[in-house]
Amino acid sequence: MPIPIDSTLGMLADNLRKRRSALPMGRRTRLAWTKGLGIPRGGETVLYTGQMWQMVPAINAMSRQLAKYENSRFSGVFRLARSVNRFVNLTPFLARTRAKERAVANARLRNVARLLRAAGVTFGYLYEDDLYAGTLAHDEGLDQGFARHARFVYSVLKAHGVQRVITVDPHTTNMLRTVYPKLIPGYALEVRSYLEVLAESTLPTPRPVDKSVTLHDSCVYARSEGVLEQPRKLLTGGGVRLSEPELSGKLTFCCGGPLETLFPGRSGEIARARVEQLRRASPNIVTACPLCFANLSRAAPDQVDVRDISDYLTEAYVPAEA
Amino acid sequence: MKSDPTFLRDLHVGAEFDAQLCMNCGTCTALCPLGIELMPRKLFRRALLGDREGVLGQKDTIYSCLLCRLCEANCPAGVHIAENVRTLRVALNRELFGLAEA
Ligand code: SF4
Ligand code: SF4
Repeated sequence: MPIPIDSTLGMLADNLRKRRSALPMGRRTRLAWTKGLGIPRGGETVLYTGQMWQMVPAINAMSRQLAKYENSRFSGVFRLARSVNRFVNLTPFLARTRAKERAVANARLRNVARLLRAAGVTFGYLYEDDLYAGTLAHDEGLDQGFARHARFVYSVLKAHGVQRVITVDPHTTNMLRTVYPKLIPGYALEVRSYLEVLAESTLPTPRPVDKSVTLHDSCVYARSEGVLEQPRKLLTGGGVRLSEPELSGKLTFCCGGPLETLFPGRSGEIARARVEQLRRASPNIVTACPLCFANLSRAAPDQVDVRDISDYLTEAYVPAEA
Repeated sequence: MKSDPTFLRDLHVGAEFDAQLCMNCGTCTALCPLGIELMPRKLFRRALLGDREGVLGQKDTIYSCLLCRLCEANCPAGVHIAENVRTLRVALNRELFGLAEA
C-alpha cells in the first residue's frame, strides 16, 4: 500500500494550524543547540533556524517508521493517526529520535553561530519564537493554511522588531525571501543565508583543511536563491579541494528529500542515484541543506562520508577556543 | 476524454500558471529525476483541454514531482513548471481530499 496522501497531508495541515510546525517538537528539543552560547534574545538582526536542523532527527525517525508501512496494508493506521493527532501531538511517539542524530543536528547550528561570530557578525535569536517557515505545506499545495501560517510568522518577526534575518538552510531562505513577499503586502525583511553573509565578511585567516571533497548543490539554493558561488568560495578559501560532480550548480540533481513523506521508496532511489553521481567525483560529499544531508547520508554506503558544509568551515575558520 | 470548460477556471489558476507556453518539446521529461513519461507536458495539455478526470486521475504523478526545477532550468519556453504542478496540487487537495481550508 502506498502512503495515503489525504491522511498525511491532513495531518500536516492540522499540525501547522494547531502547533505551527510540520513536526512539532518540544521547547527543549528545539533550543538544546543554544546551550552555553549566550546568544542575546531578539534584536534587529536575528539568526533564524526555522527549526529545520532540529527536525532532522525526527525526519530520520519517521522515515524508519514509514519504511515499515509503505508496503504494508495498514492504511487504517494513517486515518486513525490523523484523528488522534488532532488532539494529541503524535510526533514524539511516531518519531523516536536518536541521541546521536540530535547531537549532530545541534552541532551544525552551533557551527553556524560560531562562524558568524568569527566573522564579526552581531546577531540575536528569537528562541521559542524561531518558528518553522511552512515549506512543506507550501510545496504540497496547502495554500490557505500556508498563507495563514506565513502571516503569523511574519507578525511574530515584526513584533520583535526584526529587520534582518540570517537563515541557515535553503528552504527557510526561499520561504522568507521569495515566497512570503508574494503573499504579504508591504513585506519588509532583509533575508540572507549565513553562507552569503560569511562570503561577504572578513573571516579569520583559515587553518587550511587538507581534504578533497565534492559539493552537492541544493536545488533551492542553486535554482531559486542564487547561492552558488558562496559555498565554493568559502570552501576553497578554507583550503578544501573541490571537484564538481556530473550535475552541479544550476543543473544540480535533487537529493530526493521532497518525496520522503509521501513516496519514501522513490525518494531513496533518487538519493542513491545522486550519491553515485557524487561519489564518482569524491567519496567526501558536502551538503548545504539539512534535508539534503538527511536524505543523502541515509542513502550513502559506509565508504562515503556525507558532511554539512558548516563542519568544514568551522574547522577552517573558527579559532579553537571560540 | 471529456472536456470540461469550467475546469481551468476551477483550478483558480493565478498569474503563475503558464502551462499554455509549453511547446511540447519533451526536454523536461528527458531530464526529470523521476523520468515520468507524463510529467509535465501531458499533464499541462490535459489541464488546458479541460480534462478534469484525466488530471485528477494522475494523483500520484502530481504529488511525485520534487519541485526541484531541473526541468525549468532547461525549458526552452521558460514555463514555470514547478509552480504549475503546485497549482494542480492545490486543486487536488480541494477536489479530492476536502483540504480546501487546510
Ligand atoms: S521543457 Fe518546457 S516547453 Fe518543453 S515540454 Fe517541458 S514544459 Fe513544455
Ligand atoms: S520539478 Fe518535477 S517535473 Fe521538473 S524535473 Fe523536478 S521532479 Fe521532474
